[in-house]
Amino acid sequence: MSKPHISAIVNGDPVEFLADPGMTLLDALRDELSLTGSKEGCGSGDCGACSVIVDGRLVCSCLMLAAEAEGRRVDTIEGLAQGGRLHPLQQKFLEHAALQCGFCTPGLLMAAKALLDANPDPTETEARYWLAGNLCRCTGYDKVIRAVMDAAAELRQVKV
Amino acid sequence: MVHVIAPSDCHQFTGGLTEFDVEADTVRRLISELEARFPGLGDYVDRRMAIAIDGEIHQDAWFSPIRANSEIYLIPKIGGG
Amino acid sequence: MSDVLDGPGVQPDLKVVGTRPIRPDGADKVTGRAAFGADFNMPGQLVGKILRSPHAHAKIVSIDTRKARALPGVKAVVTGADFPNLASEMHEGGEAASNLRDLAMNVIARDKALYDGHAVAAVAATSSAIADEALRLITVTYEVLPHVIDVEAAMSPDAPVLHAHLFTEGLEVRPTSASNVARRNQITRGDLAEGFAAADVIVEGRYTTQAVHQGYIEPHACVAAWVEDGQCDVWSSSQGQFMVRTYCAKILGLEISDIRVTPAEIGGGFGGKTTVYLEPLALALSRQSGHPVKMVMTREEVFRATGPTSGAVILVKLGAKVDGTMTAAEVELKYQAGAFPGSPVGAGSMTALACYDIPNFLITGWDVVTNSPKVAAYRAPGAPIAAFGVESAVDDLARKLGMDPLALRERNGVRNGVKAAYGPTFQNIGYLETLAAIKDCPQYSLPLGPNQGRGVAAGFWFNVGGESTAAVHVNEDGSVVVVTGNPDIGGSRAAMAMMAAETLGVPMQRVRPRIADTASIGFSMLTGGSRTTFATGMAVVQAAEKVVADLKRRAALLWEVPADKVEWRNGAAVCLDPAKADPKPMTLEILAGQSARTGGPISAQVSLNAQGAGPGFGVHVCDVEIDPETGHVTVLRYTAAQDVGKAIHPSYVEGQVQGGVAQGVGWALNEEYIFDSDGRMENAGFLDYRVPVASDLPMIDTILVEVANPRHPFGAKGVGEVPIVPPLAAVANAIRSAIGVRMADLPLSPPKIRAVMDARAS
Ligand code: FES
Ligand code: FES
Repeated sequence: MSKPHISAIVNGDPVEFLADPGMTLLDALRDELSLTGSKEGCGSGDCGACSVIVDGRLVCSCLMLAAEAEGRRVDTIEGLAQGGRLHPLQQKFLEHAALQCGFCTPGLLMAAKALLDANPDPTETEARYWLAGNLCRCTGYDKVIRAVMDAAAELRQVKV
Repeated sequence: MVHVIAPSDCHQFTGGLTEFDVEADTVRRLISELEARFPGLGDYVDRRMAIAIDGEIHQDAWFSPIRANSEIYLIPKIGGG
Repeated sequence: MSDVLDGPGVQPDLKVVGTRPIRPDGADKVTGRAAFGADFNMPGQLVGKILRSPHAHAKIVSIDTRKARALPGVKAVVTGADFPNLASEMHEGGEAASNLRDLAMNVIARDKALYDGHAVAAVAATSSAIADEALRLITVTYEVLPHVIDVEAAMSPDAPVLHAHLFTEGLEVRPTSASNVARRNQITRGDLAEGFAAADVIVEGRYTTQAVHQGYIEPHACVAAWVEDGQCDVWSSSQGQFMVRTYCAKILGLEISDIRVTPAEIGGGFGGKTTVYLEPLALALSRQSGHPVKMVMTREEVFRATGPTSGAVILVKLGAKVDGTMTAAEVELKYQAGAFPGSPVGAGSMTALACYDIPNFLITGWDVVTNSPKVAAYRAPGAPIAAFGVESAVDDLARKLGMDPLALRERNGVRNGVKAAYGPTFQNIGYLETLAAIKDCPQYSLPLGPNQGRGVAAGFWFNVGGESTAAVHVNEDGSVVVVTGNPDIGGSRAAMAMMAAETLGVPMQRVRPRIADTASIGFSMLTGGSRTTFATGMAVVQAAEKVVADLKRRAALLWEVPADKVEWRNGAAVCLDPAKADPKPMTLEILAGQSARTGGPISAQVSLNAQGAGPGFGVHVCDVEIDPETGHVTVLRYTAAQDVGKAIHPSYVEGQVQGGVAQGVGWALNEEYIFDSDGRMENAGFLDYRVPVASDLPMIDTILVEVANPRHPFGAKGVGEVPIVPPLAAVANAIRSAIGVRMADLPLSPPKIRAVMDARAS
């Protein structure tokens, strides 16, 4: 049984790997590419810990087959900080203490990035509904939402 | 003399007695006094119970001092999440 | 909104403690670099998987593993027969005591499977697919037995008995036949009949809750490597590396020093990671195969075989005078323990009336084994369940008396010098201050609209101290490393670094906190019971104080003055001897740079068994709105006030409170284990076991009331447990206020509420 050979762009760099049939994108990232920042909390699309951005769209990488990544652009938590500087979302998560255990954090950050890419000025309610696919059991979401709103405000400033 | 109050857990050893006085100046002495007076109780308290000395809970602390006239509550050990 | 209200005993002039710096492990956790349980790998590792019982109660007649062993790529297969049989022995880790024999039998079944999901065999193979295939090739012959999950059904005399050796403890007369009732405990004071006779008003209620899971997002995971000389290494995500080490040694019959456990970052625990499930199996598989073995649970396995906390029945009867003075209380608690004894009903009993000063009461608790997963600790274990009943009944009492529910609680509230219902006399508690904080908070006086309601509830937790070790090392450049043995679940590294920095008088950024493996720091009890900031924090401060004493001694030698002529101020030694002409302060950097010549490395370690943890109280107010069409409950507003002693890092203290509230709201509204008629869990996934998501909750306002604990260097009390205690009743009381009917069966899901509203309308 030969494994399909997959080429993709992950965090801006070309990567290649062999994908078992049935291998998810999450498995490929974690096991083949050693990018363990994306987490598996459920494997069934219900927790969002595995959130990554594929061709600009937020996806649960546990639900996407690795083979489907062929020729796509995948952005993961490992690519969020650029040039040794944290992304404003990362910085605001730290300033607002928006993480406790931090296990949900990579997924929440990628989901929040996708939110702000799509909607730079969300209301609190919009942010809450957008992030409703990302479970956090530690924080009660209060500080997470504050961090996202604050980062959105800062990113709007930067753009102006 | 210190005044000891024992909950229902301990009644199998005390024959149902809930309050009594013993002579003790440390937790360790207290435990050996309890054992001498009610065989099995000292060991049980040592393994399963915490000791509140005038309101402050001591767990696994043989050398915690006990003042004369202190009030001792035996309570189940406390864990947590 | 978040307020910090400084109360009595809080030190006024702190520089680091009480501020909100960025946590030291923050960058690792926002960049994906932090390595959690499943992020660790070893060369040559195998994949370990578990075969689980599909039956809630079954005799294991035989297990045939021959076909699985013969499958190419399968390197090891273990069953209960590969583990030593342990005698019944209580292990008092300072956490919920556990019987080692039961613990071992929970890790892997021996002659009986006691719940759906109970492990019966495990395999290690070269790939996940081969391991799955090997599980399919194992033939287990079961003799299915009748099962029982409901707690009252399990108590009935004709219930199927789980353990033939289980005789109820705590009765006046030892029973002559085995039953599922492991233990009865009672706490009593005064004369119950007299108390109720003196009452003008009496309320009664029967309340029920279902088993709920801690719901940490990270599934259990570990890697274990057994080396040929018998030494082993374990990497795992748990609330305590020393706990893992002890339990593995006991279950496998090993010497403690032959096991080194390295703690991974932990993706949430809430009490659910205070025991072992995978590690002993992974070690046994590694021993048999000669390879490292990695095991990671699926979410379904997490639900079926770990956690949860008890489902329960709570009976409450309260009596009071017309002026609100409570005269009597009777509380009966029946808790599921799951497959082995050890529900948190003891703590439930002790906390049930802890907020109240009542002269006559009787609290009875029943610990009952059932064919469901063995319960694990869950945040203030036992207390939320008892508080759900008691705080609901207190709410009904206030309504019947026509009193404000906070005023009723204040009238009967415990204060310093009052004997707690569970025995000792309270000191330095902040319950009344916490009630006052809610009375004064803006939410409490906001007007309510149609279909809206407001509920309040109080809660209590003891908090604990216990054994901890900390080391403080000063590096040659004056930077500092603090080493402890407690996994950081919610930001405790920050608290450790801050307390060390405060004591040493240096900025927090110069202090790096590290969490060491079991071979690199002295013993520490696990992170749980809200003990770490208190007990491990105490060890950190004492170690830092030792370092300061050493620094002062060295400065005195250099200045050639007696040691008492040197003081430590703002991170530097200051000479108090006026005879010495202008000795400039000697900073930590200077002294550290000269350490070789002044006596060697500057370093101190302190191991202690901390006593005197201060009990904590919380008071919550919840506003809800009910959709009359669907019965859906929206939480509109929520404010939680809590006496925290002294908040070391207020943001993380607020975070603990908010997280506890969210879990409590989930428990109240949505979460429950659902079993089918065969005793199989029907909702073992996050789709059907619904934990709160961001759109389910409002902002959660917090008020940190600071009544210092004099036994902690900065006044800290445990924080993490209390906030999950009040929400169940706060939510239920808010719904009662909105719909006019008392709902007493959790979770208060939309169909139940709609049924009540429809019944009321017709
Ligand atoms: S792991 Fe993909 S959604 Fe949970
Ligand atoms: S911080 Fe622990 S799950 Fe979100």
